[in-house]
Amino acid sequence: MKSSRRSFLKISGALAALAALPSSVKAFYKDVKNFIIPPKHTTPISITVNKKTYKVTADTRTTLLDLLREQLHLTGAKKGCDHGQCGACTVHIKGKHVLSCLTLAAQAAGKEVTTIEGLAEGDKLHPMQKAFIECDGFQCGYCTPGQIMSAVACVNEGHTKSVAAIKEFMSGNLCRCGAYNGIVESIQKVAAL
Amino acid sequence: MRPFSFNKSANITQALTIKKDNTQFIAGGTNLVDLMKKHIAQPENLIDITDVLSDKIENTDNGIRIGAMVRNSALTTDNKILSDYPLIAKAVFAGASAQIRNMASTGGNLLQRTRCPYFYDVSTPCNKRTPGSGCSALQGDNRMSAIIGYSEHCVAVHPSDLCVALAALEARVNIIDKKQKASVIPFKDFHRLPGSEPHLDHNLPSHALITSIDISRNPFNKHCAYLKLRDRDSYAFALVSVAAALHIESNKIMEARLASGGVAHKPWRWLASEAYLKGKEPSIEHFAKAAAIAADEVKPLAGNAFKVPLLKGAIETALQNCLRN
Repeated sequence: MKSSRRSFLKISGALAALAALPSSVKAFYKDVKNFIIPPKHTTPISITVNKKTYKVTADTRTTLLDLLREQLHLTGAKKGCDHGQCGACTVHIKGKHVLSCLTLAAQAAGKEVTTIEGLAEGDKLHPMQKAFIECDGFQCGYCTPGQIMSAVACVNEGHTKSVAAIKEFMSGNLCRCGAYNGIVESIQKVAAL
Repeated sequence: MRPFSFNKSANITQALTIKKDNTQFIAGGTNLVDLMKKHIAQPENLIDITDVLSDKIENTDNGIRIGAMVRNSALTTDNKILSDYPLIAKAVFAGASAQIRNMASTGGNLLQRTRCPYFYDVSTPCNKRTPGSGCSALQGDNRMSAIIGYSEHCVAVHPSDLCVALAALEARVNIIDKKQKASVIPFKDFHRLPGSEPHLDHNLPSHALITSIDISRNPFNKHCAYLKLRDRDSYAFALVSVAAALHIESNKIMEARLASGGVAHKPWRWLASEAYLKGKEPSIEHFAKAAAIAADEVKPLAGNAFKVPLLKGAIETALQNCLRN
């Protein structure tokens, strides 16, 4: 805002008027304001993502997905539906694949999180990432990080005995584009390694 | 989401002591976080109870005890469950997605709220969300709604698959109240029918916690089946589901258990069908008759008459599937 003598007089006048109001009116104003815009709560969070520990302060409402993307700048996990229905935000917590959009960041504090960024070792891709490239397991790529995180769990937990078992296990990742057969093929390929 | 304070509790005593009126306990959070994002649940305080409750499946003198913090995925892989209580694993495996099963807790599964579209749409009346505002589903889109046990105030159905199996196996819910007194609620009395107070889903006292679920040793592990019919093959709520369990000796049904999801405000037991099957031979004709008895009980709404033949077929098929394992 451009500061001028006129705006200074306006603002200082308004502040003086506010100071002159009885305290009961101010308290009422504060109550109304808190009702309409409740004050946010923050909480300190220490979290290990891809073997690196971060210490941050976050709004208690922050989901793990938002913490990863907006505060830690790890944008691999994708925000699709944000309501636990599409699987694009799938990450691993303590080795289990979960939905980061339905996990409060405060609940993940102190736990080990692995995202798509943590699968590769330097320039060496994870076998599942390699298989997705070789089998054409992605089309637009938006669902791919979530699909790969679920696919890794699918192989680790041994749900690869049949195409039906793979599809059932992968059903929480909703994208069904032309790459879907490539995804199933990628999982079969890694399971056979 | 509305702002809230967040506390992690280390033990049951502390969790129960710090709980205030507008506080919610959070475990898996798979339903609660979603409801908070949609402003349907607006707690001022959250208490994380994931470290408070048992995540063990243990043998008891008379059966098995499932800690309230046991994740749904653990119920599908535990050897005791798979060998002695397979109906539980079959039901859980039909529910949600692998990611959600990794998050959701056993106790939370019992407390999840209906997925009736009007409950989720805050721009429409819903007695379950806002008591006294009316039921939009009664005259609206009620394809997914109840066909039995409903009232003019609410026609929503209970969403859980696990609870259908627990109803069939006559589980007991162990709870602890705010005075830290432990008590037991038989599963049939845990969930409520809507009546004139559909906003109350269950009979868990306020400020109380579910600590575990007990299931008695039973003879149903050899012949049981869970059949879930839904709009797509996986990761969808039931239009109709059936948990069936038979105790068969010398080609005679000693006892039958039949429960359904997707039909009522709570997991529904088909007691008349169970009584009919008792003492009969396990045959396709008797299964069909038992299904017909159940289908005779229901009163569909304008949009879900299709659920009646669906239910009949599902019960027949589930009973036949009992003989296959």
